[in-house]
Amino acid sequence: MSKIKIVNLQKSFGDFTAVKNSNLTINDKEFFVLLGPSGCGKTTTLRMIAGLELPTSGEIYLGDEEVGMLRASERDIAFVFQLFALYPHMNVKNNLSFPLKMQGYSRSEIKTRVEEAAKLLRIDHILNSNISSLSGGDRQRVALGRALVRRPKAFLMDEPLGTLDAEFRELMCLELKKLHIDIGATTVYVTHDQLEAMSLADRIAVMDGGEILQADEPSVIYNKPATKFVASFIGSPGMNFISIDQGISNEQSTLNIEGTNFNIPKQYEISKGKKNSFGIRPENLSLTNEGGLKGSVFGVEYLGSRKIVTVKTNFGEIKVKTDISTSVKINENVQVKPSNDNIIIFDGETDKSLKSEFMN
Amino acid sequence: MDTSRSYLEPSSFSKKLAATIIIVYTVITLIPISWMVMTSFKNVNSAISYPPEVLFEPSLEGYVNLFTNRSRQSQEYLDSLPAPETWYEELVRSREMVITGPSKFLGRYSNSMIIGFGSTFASVFLGALAAYAFSRFRVPLKDDLLFFILSTRMFPPIAVAVPIFIMYRKLGLGDTHLGMIILYTVVNLSLAVWLLKGFMDEIPKEYEEAAMIDGYSRLQAFFKVVLPQAMTGIAATAIFCMIFSWNEYAFAVLLTQFNAQTAPPFIPTIIGEGGLDWPAIGAGTTLFLLPVMIFTIILRKHLLRGITFGAVRK
Repeated sequence: MSKIKIVNLQKSFGDFTAVKNSNLTINDKEFFVLLGPSGCGKTTTLRMIAGLELPTSGEIYLGDEEVGMLRASERDIAFVFQLFALYPHMNVKNNLSFPLKMQGYSRSEIKTRVEEAAKLLRIDHILNSNISSLSGGDRQRVALGRALVRRPKAFLMDEPLGTLDAEFRELMCLELKKLHIDIGATTVYVTHDQLEAMSLADRIAVMDGGEILQADEPSVIYNKPATKFVASFIGSPGMNFISIDQGISNEQSTLNIEGTNFNIPKQYEISKGKKNSFGIRPENLSLTNEGGLKGSVFGVEYLGSRKIVTVKTNFGEIKVKTDISTSVKINENVQVKPSNDNIIIFDGETDKSLKSEFMN
Repeated sequence: MDTSRSYLEPSSFSKKLAATIIIVYTVITLIPISWMVMTSFKNVNSAISYPPEVLFEPSLEGYVNLFTNRSRQSQEYLDSLPAPETWYEELVRSREMVITGPSKFLGRYSNSMIIGFGSTFASVFLGALAAYAFSRFRVPLKDDLLFFILSTRMFPPIAVAVPIFIMYRKLGLGDTHLGMIILYTVVNLSLAVWLLKGFMDEIPKEYEEAAMIDGYSRLQAFFKVVLPQAMTGIAATAIFCMIFSWNEYAFAVLLTQFNAQTAPPFIPTIIGEGGLDWPAIGAGTTLFLLPVMIFTIILRKHLLRGITFGAVRK
């Protein structure tokens, strides 16, 4: 297993730049997730690490070796495709032994390795089945098996759970995590599903428009988003933003919105302009009768243990996560107030979060 | 109203009508073929008798004549010979003739085999490689090239007979197996490229990407992963190419005489005493029919899947 490092990586298709000047270090034995909406460049980045696309410029290191311009077959990595790409004209056993045959292992060695992988993934009972007769979950396991028989330097996975139904996805998520703990392989995993990313990753890189916006542990990504995009993309629902027409000065700790003073964490950075926004997660807001932003209830969603109340205010719709016991009616006048000081101010010009007592 | 079947299913009347049309059509197309097979088992006289004989005493004379050269001898000479050793010698003797040697048919037939299968293999192999390249790579002027390849099919091949004749004479390719294989391959290649490109487009590129990640080169991935999945298309393409090169007559007449003459120009020239030897010609065409028939029957499952392949998205 090896660490992976990409330096100033860039990929253009004609006029379109899919990946812009990206830098990343993925540690040995880390489960690293590239997360972003479709078209953000995450799959292109992964395919460049795999050698399925060649970078326009920049370097990729696998271990200590620079592999940016090597063929996929020379890189010693394994790739799990979204549609699995199991060879339909071979049975499970031949699919698993296909990568080993190329490397010239003896027949008995191949047999041992295939059986070992099959046992680990609990597919040893279907080794002689045809691919077309397998269920989605078993195909997924065979695809993983084909990746791990070779004991490659790194595993790359391109939305491998994307085609499974919701129930199965959760199960496979757990299995993947367990498998990763068992074999401790450096893994780069691409997904657009933030819940998947949160539950699997040691670290997440959030991408948008070909750029890596933030790469950090899931809790940091969630609690201390580096940009407005990260804040809105992560979380379900995403962070609420309230536009404020005032600059932020150093050491400022209150903010006046519509005549009400709100406490904010002590700010350590001065905003560039006067159009900024105030970001707060739905669970850090509560409904109140006075001392908050005025609005009316627009919609209520039940989530079983919690309730999401959407309040229409002068600053747009604000989502509040409340207790299930809270009872509100549609069109009822309510006020919304932060229940703690987990508040982030985003600079209107750069979309970046400003440093504060909370965002240190 | 009968509501037990779906609207999409044809009614029993239209099913019966379709069956009747197919049966009538099949009978009409089978009449000349069965007449040909019947003729091959007649003797020279019953083959040309009028009114035509539908019921007749079968004879293998046509087949014997097809494979042998014979000469007529006087009764005294025939009497002086030792008794015939084989059934076909006896048959020939009874017509007051002796066998002077094998005919050229077997040689012409094997020429047809070599040229037919050779050019089919070459067309499919080259066609598959070209189709793969067109399907996967960014080929400059791809659409123009594909149209250019197709345009070779827009005139009957025989329209270029004269230039090809002159070219082949200068290159020394006239009357050679290689020359005929090249010629038929060139004619079939455009069809092969277009047919196979359709099939290659349907094979997701993830398969060869997976193989390349598994350590195989692109060419190895092509042979181990892409080709096996394109078998349906390859079978269908092979049948079309085989039928063309096996049946081709005009170029064969023009470009081959001795060495590489195929069966089609040879069979109609089988001459017996006092005109064409119809039973021998019948025998020749019947045997000529067999390889393509067997080839098509073996691959017919693929053919049916092949021509409807990709019509509906799975």
